[in-house]
Amino acid sequence: MKMVVVMMIMMVMAMVSEASMIEQTCKETPDFNLCVSLLDSDPRGSSADTSGLALILVDKIKGLATKTLKEINTLYKKRPELKQALDECSRRYNTILKADVPEAIEAISKGVPKFGEDGVIDAGVEAAVCEGDFKGKSPLTSLTKSMQKVSNVARAIVRMLL
Amino acid sequence: MASSDALLPISAREEDPLVSDGSRSDPNAETHRRKRPVKGLLAVSFGLLFIAFYVVLIATHHGSSRSNDVKIESDETATTTSRARLAGVSEKSNDQLWKLSGERNTVSFAWNNSVLSWQRTAFHFQPEQNWMNDPNGPEPKRLVADQRSDRREPAETRRRPDPGPLFYKGWYHFFYQYNPNAAVWGDIVWGHAVSKDLIHWVHLPIAMVADQWYDANGVWTGSATFLDDGSLVMLYTGSTDKSVQVQNLAYPEDLNDPLLLKWVKYSGNPVLVPPPGILPKDFRDPTTAWKTSDGKWRITIGSKINKTGISLVYDTIDFKTYEKHDTLLHKVPNTGMWECVDFYPVSKTAINGLDTSVNGPNVKHIVKASMDDTRFDHYAVGTYFDSNGTWIPDDPTIDVGMSASLRYDYGKFYASKTFYDQNKGRRILWSWIGESDSEAADVQKGWSSLQGIPRTVVLDTKTGKNLVQWPVEEIKSLRLSSKQFDMEVGPGSVVPVDVNTATQLDIEAEFEIKKETLDKILGDSSVVAEAEEFSCQKSGGSTVRGALGPFGFSVLADKSLSEQTPVYFYVAKGKDSKLKAFFCTDTSRSTFANDVVKPIYGSSVPVLEGEKLTMRILVDHSIVEGFAQGGRTCITSRVYPTKAIYGAAKLFVFNNAIDATVTASFKVWQMNSAFIHPYSEEAVRALSST
Repeated sequence: MKMVVVMMIMMVMAMVSEASMIEQTCKETPDFNLCVSLLDSDPRGSSADTSGLALILVDKIKGLATKTLKEINTLYKKRPELKQALDECSRRYNTILKADVPEAIEAISKGVPKFGEDGVIDAGVEAAVCEGDFKGKSPLTSLTKSMQKVSNVARAIVRMLL
Repeated sequence: MASSDALLPISAREEDPLVSDGSRSDPNAETHRRKRPVKGLLAVSFGLLFIAFYVVLIATHHGSSRSNDVKIESDETATTTSRARLAGVSEKSNDQLWKLSGERNTVSFAWNNSVLSWQRTAFHFQPEQNWMNDPNGPEPKRLVADQRSDRREPAETRRRPDPGPLFYKGWYHFFYQYNPNAAVWGDIVWGHAVSKDLIHWVHLPIAMVADQWYDANGVWTGSATFLDDGSLVMLYTGSTDKSVQVQNLAYPEDLNDPLLLKWVKYSGNPVLVPPPGILPKDFRDPTTAWKTSDGKWRITIGSKINKTGISLVYDTIDFKTYEKHDTLLHKVPNTGMWECVDFYPVSKTAINGLDTSVNGPNVKHIVKASMDDTRFDHYAVGTYFDSNGTWIPDDPTIDVGMSASLRYDYGKFYASKTFYDQNKGRRILWSWIGESDSEAADVQKGWSSLQGIPRTVVLDTKTGKNLVQWPVEEIKSLRLSSKQFDMEVGPGSVVPVDVNTATQLDIEAEFEIKKETLDKILGDSSVVAEAEEFSCQKSGGSTVRGALGPFGFSVLADKSLSEQTPVYFYVAKGKDSKLKAFFCTDTSRSTFANDVVKPIYGSSVPVLEGEKLTMRILVDHSIVEGFAQGGRTCITSRVYPTKAIYGAAKLFVFNNAIDATVTASFKVWQMNSAFIHPYSEEAVRALSST
């Protein structure tokens, strides 16, 4: 019976501390709610350390970039008059996928987080530049805005590793 | 992080936990029911516990969605409860950019190949393509008790400094962090190049790759040391297959090869692993070794404990086994991880460099570290105690890494490293100069990063408190034609300087404000004292006019000055009725491109009684290096103009002061290319004959 009580205490403590690790981390980011919802939705979130949380966010950046590229592709047919801006956005989002994300993953996993910070910041920069190319008439605003927000949260978490 | 395996089956399933039968959580419950009732009680207790756990889990997560397709819309006002710790943040800020892109009249600039290819430099070290970072330089170390530099010492008995720069058998060697696969950091190996004069380089094949378990994840920064028998060893950080940072030993395969093309790794690697109390990812960048008074070699390695930056000390005889000191070389709280620590002596009286093993009463020691948190390189002047391998700064208020502590360079300049050039008796500083543009542009142009022009480093014998740096003499070999100018520049004027193309320049200038003007301003009480508040970064840049400044040059400017990079002095009156000078570079209008970081850099610069204001500027396409007062304050900037390029790039001298007329006397040289060569036998032979 004693063992059961001990285990009960341990599990409650574990559970309480797991939940608050994400919350504690997210409090230090510019967007608490977004941070919590991104990390919670990932099965790795509950048992990740700060590096792990940062990597989850890099994964979200990757997923969002992939999704945005798909949307860009459909827009070529729907809005052919936007070709030039779409080309530039395509280039920018491909950079996120092929340069920023791999750089961030390698840097964060290997303990040189400043290059990870570069990668996640750049993801936000590329999204903002893409958005700007449409000169106020962007069909991608909600996606580019999301990328910038996720980038800000990711950056704050990577900063904690420095 | 406590995480009971028994809990995983529940959390991974998508079922409604409140409906789950407690007994399902314990797969053995069925089989155990037949056993003694105590076990049954246990099983039921566990079951209830799991339910209770899950209920609390749900409650604390506020019903957040478990679906992967999270709607990324959030309450903007949530930010009021968050405390984003963005102190000392790196320069890129996508917040600024976001505001820009929302405005309709912001032109978004799409890089094209013509504009991008202009950015490549003519006489700065860079690989043919891809990413480069830290210089890995050896520094020759010699066992000398005094300051005499014996230039006739044969190569075999010379010691070599950290990997990176090193002088061996007539060649300067440069090793550097390199990514052979991309224009961003990653897959790091050791690049290699040689030169006879630190300016004209030939690229060589990659010196070391990540081919052992102890450096499988990266062949990172290190340093070389010459031993007493003339052989050369290299200590470098490897990121192991488990991403632990360790120190490894390597040596040249053939000491008779002046090009040191091939390197062999010691079979007993790693020779150092993170000691107790140091995290596995906080242990990198070993320095060149120096001799202690009892004949051992000593190295230092930067690290951190919580937020305190530290430098660990090890002694060794053979570079294979080490004794760790219980004390540190030095530590400074709240400075974060110390990368690329450098430690070396400087003469208090002479202007030559010193071998790293030198010590004595006429010597001070410099401790330098690259601050991971802020991307600034800081140093401090102090005293080294050989008996216990410790060091203390002369001025603890500007200790290494503190916000007011000295920096080699107030611009874009990191991971710097010195080496002792026994060939010419000088200490030379290399530094990694990263890009300030977007990674998309780097990917498009196919490369990223430069090295600064190597600089000599000495203690400022006039102030005794700071170092002075200056581009190596050999750069003068690139000077072609020149023009001398002497002019008075009135307040509020901009004067074009006729030098034809203005993308590869060496400018040496002297400025003077008439004494009467200075006295008048000092005596005029309506002119408010501003020196205490002024900073290059925060005082608005080169367009903000003061009584006695700003004035200087506008480089990489187009004819209409729609793009320009001012490099200037600002002289301010202090509350003590003394004048204070600042040296700044304003990149805020350097380009129309909006995916580029455009900071204003700078710092105050000591100007001693009787000194004129002097400035030197090296312009080389996308890099500008400025040196004030003979190198007391230096600023390196990266700029990416879209219009002020090729023949459209011009030079101006300007004076934005309200009252003062400035006399400018300067010389401008056109600079030749250094023709840095890809590896070939012919290129090596050609360089050998110069």
